[in-house]
Amino acid sequence: MSGDLVVIGNGMVGQRFVDALRARDPQGRWRVTVLGEESRAAYDRVRLSAFFDGVSESDLNLHTPHDGVRVRLGEPATAIDRDRRVVTTAVGEYHYDALVLATGSYAFVPPVPGAELPGVFVYRTLDDLAAIRAYADGRRVGAVIGGGLLGLEAANALRLLGLSTDVVEFAPRLMPVQVDQAGGAMLRRYVEELGVRTHLGVATTAIRPGPDGAVAALELSDGSAVDAELVVVAAGIRPRDELARTAGLPTGPRGGVLVDGTCRTADERIWAVGECAAVDGTCHGLVAPGYATAEVVADRLVGGAATFPGADTATKLKLLGVDVASFGDAHGTTPGCLDVTFTDPATRAYAKLVLSDDAHTLLGGVLVGDASAYPTLRASVGGPLPAAPLALLAPDGGGADAGALPATAQVCSCNAVTRGDVDAAIADGCADVPALKACTRAGTSCGSCVPMLKQLLDAAGVAQSTALCEHFDVSRRELFEIVQVRGIRTFSRLVAEHGRGRGCDICKPVVASILASLGSGHVLDGEQASLQDTNDHFLANLQRDGSYSVVPRIPGGEITPEKLIVIGEVARDFQLYTKITGGQRIDLFGARVEQLPLIWRRLVDAGFESGHAYGKALRTVKSCVGETWCRYGVQDSVGLAVALELRYRGLRAPHKIKSAVSGCARECAEARSKDFGIIATETGWNLYVGGNGGFRPRHADLFATDLSTEVLIRLIDRFLMYYIRTADRLQRTAGWIEAMDGGLDHLRAVIVDDSLGLCADLDAAMARHVSSYSDEWRDVLDDPDRLRRYTSFVNAPDVPDPSITFALERGQPVPVRDRQPVALGLPEVRR
Amino acid sequence: MNSTTTLDWTTICPLDRLEPDRGVAALVDGVQVALFRTADGLFAIDNRDPVSGAYVLSRGIVGSRGGVPTVASPLHKQVYDLHTGRCLDLPGVAVARHDARCRDGLVEVRLRREG
Ligand SMILES: Cc1cc2nc3c(=O)[nH]c(=O)nc-3n(C[C@H](O)[C@H](O)[C@H](O)COP(=O)(O)OP(=O)(O)OC[C@H]3O[C@@H](n4cnc5c(N)ncnc54)[C@H](O)[C@@H]3O)c2cc1C
Ligand code: SF4
Ligand code: FES
Repeated sequence: MSGDLVVIGNGMVGQRFVDALRARDPQGRWRVTVLGEESRAAYDRVRLSAFFDGVSESDLNLHTPHDGVRVRLGEPATAIDRDRRVVTTAVGEYHYDALVLATGSYAFVPPVPGAELPGVFVYRTLDDLAAIRAYADGRRVGAVIGGGLLGLEAANALRLLGLSTDVVEFAPRLMPVQVDQAGGAMLRRYVEELGVRTHLGVATTAIRPGPDGAVAALELSDGSAVDAELVVVAAGIRPRDELARTAGLPTGPRGGVLVDGTCRTADERIWAVGECAAVDGTCHGLVAPGYATAEVVADRLVGGAATFPGADTATKLKLLGVDVASFGDAHGTTPGCLDVTFTDPATRAYAKLVLSDDAHTLLGGVLVGDASAYPTLRASVGGPLPAAPLALLAPDGGGADAGALPATAQVCSCNAVTRGDVDAAIADGCADVPALKACTRAGTSCGSCVPMLKQLLDAAGVAQSTALCEHFDVSRRELFEIVQVRGIRTFSRLVAEHGRGRGCDICKPVVASILASLGSGHVLDGEQASLQDTNDHFLANLQRDGSYSVVPRIPGGEITPEKLIVIGEVARDFQLYTKITGGQRIDLFGARVEQLPLIWRRLVDAGFESGHAYGKALRTVKSCVGETWCRYGVQDSVGLAVALELRYRGLRAPHKIKSAVSGCARECAEARSKDFGIIATETGWNLYVGGNGGFRPRHADLFATDLSTEVLIRLIDRFLMYYIRTADRLQRTAGWIEAMDGGLDHLRAVIVDDSLGLCADLDAAMARHVSSYSDEWRDVLDDPDRLRRYTSFVNAPDVPDPSITFALERGQPVPVRDRQPVALGLPEVRR
Repeated sequence: MNSTTTLDWTTICPLDRLEPDRGVAALVDGVQVALFRTADGLFAIDNRDPVSGAYVLSRGIVGSRGGVPTVASPLHKQVYDLHTGRCLDLPGVAVARHDARCRDGLVEVRLRREG
């Protein structure tokens, strides 16, 4: 099968469909056109509410470009002509051999008077949320119509926007679809404690305007009224089947494009996926069944025979800080079923399991307050209980271990991965969670199954060893503690007392970095010199031909003309290749070992210092020009960047650290791609942590807002010191936070609220660093012993290394590439 | 590069010119040799990293693996056995090794004729 394929809708499922098709059709037999109504490419609607927590549009992006796929955004389809096989939009026509409808749903607004008033919103798209945020500015009271999943998310959003909030729900409990009466009652207690008032079992009869014509109040069916300057309607969704209806395609009994188990409509060339599809008559309002339909159609379009596997309606959410989960037959509708419930007023956890009449088979359940047992329980639905019911429901979820699941249990329902699939991948050599994710896709969507992946690795006996290398059985973090507590200052003593052998290229630099962080003198002093890798040993970066590059520090990227001239002169006199780096400084390449001290003599005399480009250390604090020059700037971003770079220069860490400061929200300095990034606000600074570029780019997360410079620096001090003490070898801040139990919240607790009582210690450690800093290169130049190692040949110091030769390219020297490197794969990865 | 080999010992430098567990490069009859002083004694191997072709092995980190003394290439981290020159990460890869000794406080190297 091949030809023209048109996809209508670029939402979550439409995008997943295109990804799935491209994966199965690498030759590109299908030429794909995607028509999207929204002006944005696909984004993560499930995480939509994170928009109010400071998560940006680009963080939510789900779109990946593919060859052979053109995407036309802001161009909704207006009609389907099935005879001519064309889809029409306002600007053109698109021919199809196959057509996939992925139009999703729209928010249903009940026909109450006043629903069209200014100030009434729905909660479905990023545009909706942006409009709510703009309208909330300066208003105090809001209300939400609907107490289901979406309604509670919207209520939380209003709360975060600073509005006092009421929720009106027609059913007698919150989240009526997912939880039972007792679970709903527990949920209500949590929600009301947060200051959200609930009105249950009542309908909204009218939305009333105020004198300015905008919404002012809700009238309820019990005769009462609720003040509301802003109203969000979250009363359910309806499938968008209008195109299909007009084209004469059958729809489901409750709407939706009617399709069979292969997701095909009555027209053999037209398919429907996601929320708009009524599979065998039923629409599914969750993303996991939607993804399943996308996979089915992608498979069918390349000649496969997949069918819809049935929907898993399990959900787990954190709503207003409360964990809520429901799975399987949560309401106990199976004839003869039994309930086991558990209420703990102390921890305020509520749990219910629904069992078959012989109490052997788990049918479903509800968890409120503590959902740690959810992944295992959900995977056990339809099978025997993995442990005694009460053990499973104990607050720590202690009895719920994935190791007890049968091979057929679905571990990851977002991606339909069974325990058997995971075990097979482990047998094929997947040894950690990232490998399992890459291999099976499990854990790549909502992430709730990741703890189970870890348990399955444990169950398979795959030791998730934290040993640094064969010489030390402990992790970097533990080694740091040992060195600190025992006051050990040499590698030989450390390896003799706490390790074995003579060390290697893994543990030696780690120990060197730990010793440097604990302030043990110059990195090239005594025995420490033998621990450094060549970059730290020569205080320069080794390049592919055996020559080195030199990078002087240019704090904040600010440099005087005089200093620029010195760099130019040095580069010219030593015939170095020069390049401007992404970190706003200048790299000088092609220096031979014996030239390094001569080059640095000139640089140090002109006032330059080491830029530590060679070390696992702070690299640069990039900045935009900020309010000094820029007409948009609201703070002095350069001044702050210079101050930060000078404060943290020379700080050794488990990996390189990068930073940037932007002078306003336009973010020209790309601060959110850094380990710590700062963005100016009208009243101070916002701090972001855990970003990086590189192989796995990641945006930094918002950590704290509107900080004074003093508080900002204190938080960064602690963040960096805590990272240095507790991260693993070669772990950037992003991975460190991800791996932390409790993640960002835990980090906040430690360095803002001092939950571990560490802050005084971290502050003192940073103060020591700042006061003991001295320029490593100046120290070398002052010391004849250290200078001795900068020789080409110990027995022929006057002979330059004859293997380093240059050719000219674009007017600059570059290495001659005439050597024949042995063609080999990468070295084995060792731990 | 001149590939002459010799069976004579060449004096390189005083022993105290070598830092423990660190290498230096020496030029012996036109051949670049990486010379190491470790707790297991003196070792000499070719300075050329066979994987990258760059003359850098003298700048690698010295250590041990499973009891044998090693050096790791500073470019791509493959580890070589200092006794045999064999690469412990890549089958079939090796560097030439030479003899090294200390006489009267002076380090001497004798190139080996390979094959
Ligand atoms: C706030 C919120 C929270 C949610 N939380 C969860 C959750 O926790 N768990 C969960 O499983 N699900 C959740 N959902 C539901 C989930 O987002 C949807 O199931 C999922 O987005 C459905 O994907 P879809 O591609 O079918 O529809 P959509 O993502 O809605 O995409 C459909 C796209 O098609 C476009 N379109 C429609 N008509 C046309 C046309 N004629 N021409 C061109 N384009 C058109 C639309 O503009 C839209 O962009 C949540 C939804 C919201 C709004
Ligand atoms: S981030 Fe703001 S202040 Fe800085 S250059 Fe851009 S627009 Fe100007
Ligand atoms: S269950 Fe959602 S990613 Fe696995």
